[in-house]
Amino acid sequence: MTRTDPLDVPRPHAQLHFGVFFQGVNHWTIWSAPDSGSQIDPASFRRVAQTAERGLFDAFFLGEGLRLREVDGRIHDLDVAGRPDAITQLAALAAVTRRIGLVSTSNSTFNEPADLARRLSGLDLLSEGRAGWNVVTTDNAWTGANFRRGGYLDHADRYRRAEEFLTVARTLWDGWDDQAVATSVHAPAWSVPGAVRRVRHRGAQFDVDLTPTLPRSAQGHPVIFQAGDSGEGRDFAARNADVIFSAHGNDFDDALGFADDIRARLRAAGRPEDDLRILPGTEIIIGATEEEAQEKKRWIRLQQVTPATALGIAGLLWGIDLSDRDADGPLPADDPVVAENDGSFGARRIADQRAVVAEWRAKAEAHGWSLRETVIALGPQRGHVGTPSGLADKFAHFVRHGAIDGFNVTPYLIPDGLDDIVDLLVPELQERGVYRTEYTGTTLRENLGLREPLTQRSARDRRQAG
Amino acid sequence: MSGPALHLAVELDGDGSHPAAWRRAAHSPDQLLTPRRVAGLATVAENAGFTLITLDDGVLPPGAAPDPVGRIGAMERAAFVAASTSTIGIAPVVPVTYAEPFHVSSQLASLDHISAGRAGWVVTEEESPEAARVWGRPPVADADARVRESRDGIEVVRSLWDSWEDDAVIRSVATSRYLDRDRLHYIDFTGETYAVKGPAIVPRPPQGQLVVLGRPDQVPAGQLDVALIAGRDPVAIATAAASAGTPRVFAEVEVALDTPDATGAERVADLARYASWTDRGRLRHVGSADGLVAALDGLSRHVDGVRLHPLVLDEDLPLLSRLVLPALSERRLVARPLPGTSLRSTLGLARPANRFAAAAVLEETR
Repeated sequence: MTRTDPLDVPRPHAQLHFGVFFQGVNHWTIWSAPDSGSQIDPASFRRVAQTAERGLFDAFFLGEGLRLREVDGRIHDLDVAGRPDAITQLAALAAVTRRIGLVSTSNSTFNEPADLARRLSGLDLLSEGRAGWNVVTTDNAWTGANFRRGGYLDHADRYRRAEEFLTVARTLWDGWDDQAVATSVHAPAWSVPGAVRRVRHRGAQFDVDLTPTLPRSAQGHPVIFQAGDSGEGRDFAARNADVIFSAHGNDFDDALGFADDIRARLRAAGRPEDDLRILPGTEIIIGATEEEAQEKKRWIRLQQVTPATALGIAGLLWGIDLSDRDADGPLPADDPVVAENDGSFGARRIADQRAVVAEWRAKAEAHGWSLRETVIALGPQRGHVGTPSGLADKFAHFVRHGAIDGFNVTPYLIPDGLDDIVDLLVPELQERGVYRTEYTGTTLRENLGLREPLTQRSARDRRQAG
Repeated sequence: MSGPALHLAVELDGDGSHPAAWRRAAHSPDQLLTPRRVAGLATVAENAGFTLITLDDGVLPPGAAPDPVGRIGAMERAAFVAASTSTIGIAPVVPVTYAEPFHVSSQLASLDHISAGRAGWVVTEEESPEAARVWGRPPVADADARVRESRDGIEVVRSLWDSWEDDAVIRSVATSRYLDRDRLHYIDFTGETYAVKGPAIVPRPPQGQLVVLGRPDQVPAGQLDVALIAGRDPVAIATAAASAGTPRVFAEVEVALDTPDATGAERVADLARYASWTDRGRLRHVGSADGLVAALDGLSRHVDGVRLHPLVLDEDLPLLSRLVLPALSERRLVARPLPGTSLRSTLGLARPANRFAAAAVLEETR
């Protein structure tokens, strides 16, 4: 890729933002290597968060799954699993980091707004304005079996509940005015009279009545993240979110198409089109030369896609249990069984199994691939592979053309998997002027370059109009 | 039991146990909800040699309307404090009257991992019907129903802690298996009002089971590691301690010490201008540090520990640290926790066997 004249692009001054996703599930995290660290030891989380902070990342991000994954009614045992409660772990990290954002994935179906809003506020105060909330929704009764509230939401209701949840949370976060707490022990009361408002909300999903417990943080509200890729999810993000994660970060045209779509939805929602940061999830594999990077990728894929994992991924595609087959042998001769995916594995629904299987067969035959090699070559794909300078050129091109605002990077190794990115890639990006050389603010909102929270903007507009 | 005669815990919520404690605090109200304040207090308690910090909580703001006082959730404060300290035990208050036991179990297990086995859990009840309005749930109105919710909640939380055996993560490269699914267990809890499937999403806590503290009139003794008992005088405490039926018993003691500037009684009288010191039927020591040392020495014959509730943290905690704990240490009545020791070990409690692993072994040998 040739270097572009930085001024002859749509966004000559655009900056990349990095988040790190400590995933804790899925086969992308290698557990079999000698330097694969613990998935639960607090030292692993501290090491990753502090490395990311050294690399001036915007955010450290934790996922959530409220039930251990199962395949065919049995607990899935091939991938890393067992992770801490996100907000609890992030509150601990607030004590050992200073600038990086701390983002929790928390479910709007299996939480209640007053409780979760308060937990996020607490994290926001303890981190002095660095909290974020990745809003996720679930509708299945399978997860609900772990909760007293029980299962299930109608599929259509999950975003309705999420949106109303967010409305209640924001009302609670706005329940205390700025400077609502007294500044002297001689004040008439602990809080400034009239500055704390009771919140009564009666809606289709929630009926609550309370006095919120906490003042606003340095960033006003926690930053809202969202990851839904359906039209419904994208619209939800366009109306509500500050940051959207996506799966559209590998291919430039695909990324740009997604970004243009989000910008159109933002305009439709009455928001400026630069009001949302677009951070696709990705994996970044770095080598000193292209060959070395490709060699490293091959090693990583073999660790990630073990024979059993290859059979598991193929089994999902074929719709039959292939666990007793030989992953290093040819593709199964069986016809795929098209069945309704119950989603319990958390797997993507495969659009046309028969066509995909036919394509796999053709390519495997042409290249002489085993089943495992086929899964590695054609199965779930992601990530960028290259040299520090090659990747820096590529990412500068992506961000200056408005295809992305950055990446949410999943390290393939815990806890050292970010080191190459921080030590080798970040300096190259800085040299190209697309990456900060120091934190630009103290809060997550400031570092992401975001405006004030949506409800506070609308309150200000109302005041100005009145 | 082995170890010191007395374990000392201290409650560190807000500015102290008096509702108007903030009036005598060494900082302005707007400094209460800051990381510096939260970590600073815990550090003082750790350096003083306390065994355990507790952090009070509830969904309703402390301080009555129209003057609510802010409070960061105890779980979040506990996790922050765990990462800011190294030896002291940390037990947040978490009621399960309305909360989801699955979440509570995950959060507490995570706290135990974060603190390398220094975590405890103080079980309380949400008594006010207003708490139900916060959760958007029907009120759990009567005392029996609240006891039922706590009992079921603790049962779920404790079962989930055992739902991963200690060695469930096997990392078997030969078989491509990260987990041994035979060492993971569905808890299949069914109570009167709800059911929980399991297993947990967090591996078994380092202590196996966290130290569970609570009031014996609210929680069945068999679910508690430490009973927190009230009583206005040593006789009442001795009586309650003798009948608690729990592995350990801690007495609740409220303290207002004489400072160089004002006696304990004067400080209580000063705050009485704003509000009365809530009467919870607990032993109260208002007076000198020496007097408190003598009182604790006396209590050490009846209980395993004492949880202190200072009138004003900024005034009483420094005196506890400078005068009371050193005097008790000199008499070998208390000992500071050893580095690298779990809270259970410090309290002389064994690491419990896993209920599911034990069952699995029985099954095999049958």
